[in-house]
Amino acid sequence: MIRGIFIGILSIAVIGSGYWGYKEHQEKNAVLIQAENNYQRAFHDLTYRVDQLHDRIGATLAMNSKQSLSPALADVWRITSEAQSDVGQLPLTLLPFNKTEELLAGISDFTYRAAVRDLEKEPLTDEEYKKLKTMYTKSEDIQNELRNVQHLVIENNLRWMDVELALASGQKQADNTIIDGFKTVEKNVEAYSESDFGASFTSMNKTGEGFDKLEGKEISKETAIKIAKTFVQNKVTDLKVTENGEGSSFGFYSVSMHDKENNTDIDMDLTKKGGHPVYLVQNRDIKENVISLNEASNNAREFLNDHGFEDLDLFESAQYDNIGVFSFVSIVDGVRIYPDSIRMKVALDDGQVIGLSARDYLAAHKKREIPKPNISKEEAAKRLNPSLEVQQDRLAIIINELGQEVLCYEFLGTINADTYRIFIDAENGMEEKIEKLKNPEPIFQEV
Amino acid sequence: MKNMRIMLMVAVVTFTSVTFQFFSIHVPEAHAFSEQTIQRGATGSDVIELQSRLQYNGYYHGTIDGVYGWSTYWAVRNFQHMFGLDEVDGLVGQKTKDMLRNSTKFYKDFVYKQINEGKKFTHYGGVPLAQQTAPSEQQIQKARQIAEQRKQQREQKYKAQAKEQQAQQNQQAQQKQQEQQKQQAQQNQQEQQKQQAQQNQQEQQKQQAQQNQQAQQKQQAQQNQQAQQKQQAQQNQQEQQKQQAQQNQQAQQKQQAQQNQQEQQKQQAQQNQQAQQKQQAQQNQEAQNKATQNKEQKESTAVNLPGGYSQNDIQLMSNAVYGESRGEPYIGQVAVAAVILNRVNSATFPNTVAGVIFEPRAFTAVADGQIWLTPNEQAKKAVLDAINGFDPTEGAIYYFNPDTATSSWIWGRPQIKRIGKHIFCE
Repeated sequence: MIRGIFIGILSIAVIGSGYWGYKEHQEKNAVLIQAENNYQRAFHDLTYRVDQLHDRIGATLAMNSKQSLSPALADVWRITSEAQSDVGQLPLTLLPFNKTEELLAGISDFTYRAAVRDLEKEPLTDEEYKKLKTMYTKSEDIQNELRNVQHLVIENNLRWMDVELALASGQKQADNTIIDGFKTVEKNVEAYSESDFGASFTSMNKTGEGFDKLEGKEISKETAIKIAKTFVQNKVTDLKVTENGEGSSFGFYSVSMHDKENNTDIDMDLTKKGGHPVYLVQNRDIKENVISLNEASNNAREFLNDHGFEDLDLFESAQYDNIGVFSFVSIVDGVRIYPDSIRMKVALDDGQVIGLSARDYLAAHKKREIPKPNISKEEAAKRLNPSLEVQQDRLAIIINELGQEVLCYEFLGTINADTYRIFIDAENGMEEKIEKLKNPEPIFQEV
Repeated sequence: MKNMRIMLMVAVVTFTSVTFQFFSIHVPEAHAFSEQTIQRGATGSDVIELQSRLQYNGYYHGTIDGVYGWSTYWAVRNFQHMFGLDEVDGLVGQKTKDMLRNSTKFYKDFVYKQINEGKKFTHYGGVPLAQQTAPSEQQIQKARQIAEQRKQQREQKYKAQAKEQQAQQNQQAQQKQQEQQKQQAQQNQQEQQKQQAQQNQQEQQKQQAQQNQQAQQKQQAQQNQQAQQKQQAQQNQQEQQKQQAQQNQQAQQKQQAQQNQQEQQKQQAQQNQQAQQKQQAQQNQEAQNKATQNKEQKESTAVNLPGGYSQNDIQLMSNAVYGESRGEPYIGQVAVAAVILNRVNSATFPNTVAGVIFEPRAFTAVADGQIWLTPNEQAKKAVLDAINGFDPTEGAIYYFNPDTATSSWIWGRPQIKRIGKHIFCE
């Protein structure tokens, strides 16, 4: 009897403590994951900020006017302090990380002082420009190293908590890549290539969510299907249409289709008003690369013409494995309208269009009166940084920081190996926008 | 009888291959661009050749990485401008290719060897290749200067010839307007030949050495090709050919030695070249051996990336997309990636990819560690599509799975559309 009770109590105790242990373990894991995620965020943010830093310092170097220099330096200062706070969140107490911190502190000091002083009266000296240039190259070194470590971290699933645990328990793991990786950051090796982050371009800034400039009548589901069919080159079956939900800022139909020949689904959205295509995407295997990027861009242009998108100019093209991706913008009287942009995706095996995104175009396209520029091209060119070698220029309409469309002179030029795109307002000669254009990024060596 | 036949076969094969080789030595450069018109953004072996040739004549100073980026674009445009091509558009079509081929050399094996080994290198003309592997900063500057000088000389020469050419054309244009174009083409060829001839005179010795090199390269290349195709008869041949090649080399070296005695001034340069020849021969052999072992040569060492994103960003996003929506249709994965990007652009969320992904309680896959599963190719493609501007969600910044969502708040959000298992909302 007593033995039975004893066994009962004991087994309850065992089960209870087992359950408690399990709960504890779960909680510990949850806390570990949360801490891990915080570290990961701080680290990936840091790499991003250093990328950004390098990029912004580069753009600052290309600037000329004092009005844009002060805010640009303030921006660099802001990014630096954000990066510093990221460093502060990392468990690096036991790791050497001085040089990066030193660089950040140096940039921070310099940019703060330069940004708050009146650059009209006291412009940057040659010495200071030199300093800015060394900061630019130094930040590139660190950027490359950080990227490399970041690549290792993602590739090998490295956890910061493992480092913490290892350090806490006193075991020094010699092959701990995170520790070793950060040590290499400190070595400050020579940069192995030019690479940068590139600011996001004009057309990436989403404007006017509503498609209020659209022309045409409301279409029915049946018409939507009919229109959708004209956008695919193969035969499609299983067409399904759904309407937008109530939360959408505009009316659209979503059409999904199945292409039997390629065994792939094709998805497309059409506006209810006028039945304009918002996007079209299909994902199919593209094994070999038969046609050239050039041919593919011609296909894309033809496709656009066939579907009533006219007066477009190719302005970006890039090859990703076996896919060509192109951006087109409107041309009116020889002026590029950057807000009116369309992206195209073309398969490089048979040259078929496999993607189209006309969202920006639909939102921004309208009949425009192009104003006459107020200042001449020569006058605008005088506003450029003297060390910029201008390679190309044209007139363009962009959306500025305030969200307004402005007519600008667009100058493409180089400083050393980097290419910059500089917009000078054709009305008043202001530097509207300066960007460092992206160079190809080296593929990370498998380590 | 049977022996006789085999003997006869062997004899015929030997004869044909030797004669084939004899003729092929005189064929001008075998490496050439493919048919395609190369445009900005392209990647692959054509771009490697383009960059190498543009570096050879001093127009391109970047890394030879097989991606037609901005610096390559300016190099092409400047080249087109200086050599009077009709359209300065950065498109590398037949005319530009011909012009490049006639005015530059491309040491394909050298370039690919360096690329495959991941070495830093340059490809400037007029500088011994041995100096171009893992060059120091000073060497690069020096090589660059040499190439720039050659570039200027060539440009001057070309302009002078272009003037002559124009004068002739004007006369002829009056007589025969209809056949003008054909004649132009012919004249171009002739002028180019003249140009080459002049260069030959100037750089006689260098070119001799280089031709020897090329001949040797080709011989070896053919040996290897044949080695792959035919097995038996060929070993004998190879030995014969090697002997021949060695004899050739020895003969050349003797000749050069004699020349050295005669021309004491240029002794050093030639010795360098000889050393270079040997080295190159060895390098070629190694490279070719490697190439036969694993046929995959790297097509490029860099990648195009959409503005504003690094490879690591894409990797991180693919992890998140895969953790959140594996098993969903492709379009649903693009949609999840688009939501991440919409959040980065939105004022109410962090403005970095990492900030958005690791925001506490934002994504379940992050909270339970599923983000560290290895993503598949499809997730990466979906991320690329989203970054390239495809947004199936029409601007959504939230989404949830109606079967598992526990928060009543999320149901209150204005819904935009449903894709697969997820409802996307404002």
